Amino acid sequence: MQEEIFISGRNIPHIDPTLEIWHFPISLYLFLGGMAAGIIFFASLFTVLKKEKETPTAVKSAMILAVVAISVGLIALMYDLTHLPYVWQLYMTIRIESPMSWGAWVLLIITLISFLWVFSYLPEMFPKLNIKFDFLKKFQAFLIQNRRVMAMVLLPLSVVLGVYTGILLSAFNARPLWNNAILGPLFLTSGLSTGAAAIILFSKNHFERRLFSKIDLALIILELALIVHMLMGMYAGSAVQLEALDIFINGEFTVMFFVFVVILGLIFPALLESVELMGYKVPVVIPTLLILMGGLIFRMVMIEAGQLTRYLY
Amino acid sequence: MRYAMVIDTLKCVGCSDCVVACQTENNVPEGFCRDWVTESVSGTYPSVELELKSERCNHCSNAPCVRCCPTGASHIVEGGIVLVTGDECIGCGACIESCPYDARFQHPEGYVDKCTFCHHRLEKGQLPACVSVCPTKCMYFGDLDDPTSEVSQLLTTRKYKVLAPEAGTNPNVYYLIK
Repeated sequence: MQEEIFISGRNIPHIDPTLEIWHFPISLYLFLGGMAAGIIFFASLFTVLKKEKETPTAVKSAMILAVVAISVGLIALMYDLTHLPYVWQLYMTIRIESPMSWGAWVLLIITLISFLWVFSYLPEMFPKLNIKFDFLKKFQAFLIQNRRVMAMVLLPLSVVLGVYTGILLSAFNARPLWNNAILGPLFLTSGLSTGAAAIILFSKNHFERRLFSKIDLALIILELALIVHMLMGMYAGSAVQLEALDIFINGEFTVMFFVFVVILGLIFPALLESVELMGYKVPVVIPTLLILMGGLIFRMVMIEAGQLTRYLY
Repeated sequence: MRYAMVIDTLKCVGCSDCVVACQTENNVPEGFCRDWVTESVSGTYPSVELELKSERCNHCSNAPCVRCCPTGASHIVEGGIVLVTGDECIGCGACIESCPYDARFQHPEGYVDKCTFCHHRLEKGQLPACVSVCPTKCMYFGDLDDPTSEVSQLLTTRKYKVLAPEAGTNPNVYYLIK
């Protein structure tokens, strides 16, 4: 038996006895950023494929949701910074080794282009809107002509935005629960799935709903497979990873993870979407909201549970 | 030059003088500490073993905190000392998450703070505050690249360990255990 205690007295705020450096705003950002990445991915993908007429919600109203989500996410991120007046230091350098550094750059670029994208669709969405300044009208016409160019830039960037939050967490080997390489693809898949769900929620077009239901179903199945992959990886891992696995399967986050994320957030909505695809009527709000809720709870579980795990010594 | 600290666990009595010296020297805000003392007890009575360790930032040669810092505020200076520039730190907390030793904390003013090996004292040719006050002289400080230094000699003649070597950080604080 071995027991270790601090004898000099140590109770540092947010560090002892367990780490609480990142809070709900970070989970909220991971969720909103992932969902926005998903929406931007589909909007730009169908624009590049010249199918934007068939997916009007994805390229128009869902993109408004995406820029709102990114903006709220950014505010949440800044809220959790403890030295906010120095936030500009992020853009004084670019450090490839630090996922947060290149992620912040991608986030900046994607936010700017997404706002321009929404601006270019304003006349179509709100025909009564009258832009007073001539130069803005000219700029808008220029953007409308270059939507495909914007889409080609946004498409790879949205994938980076979706994947970087996972890579950021997986890069911390001091937190064994995060330290698995599957987290990047898992967060990306979850982001794409919640993005698709948001598009379904806002869509009034039958074809578009069916299309995104099929896409979402495939993504949910992939996400479940990746979750199994993550747990299996931990199960085959070292002592610290087995401890991390214990939090999921036999610890304080078991119910949150399996009931709210896996069952209510993935399996149940997937069943509802399959039933709907078979032709039965299911109110679309139920599966989509469950998926969105599952996505948020998944990020909360990952952020909170990850900070409970540490290296043994 | 590679600065290292060598701490003799057999000589440490756990008085926590190193902690108080650090807090005074570096004006560490109340409720925080850059170093701390742990007591680990192993075995069952009557065969019990006690180990006392004064712990701090390990100034790792492969420092995860420096790697993950998005602004470069966490950096390594001459001698392998890991420092934080307060005016470049945005307080994102990534370095705190990345440290397997939980050696960093958020200063009440917002930036991240931690042990500096008393960099300001080293520049004047003085020893770190914790080392200079230790009443049992169980702490040694010096250059590991110099084979004649006291720390190098101790590591060649004594049995030692580092904390969480499995984290791959190559720490530069060594503990003599035999």
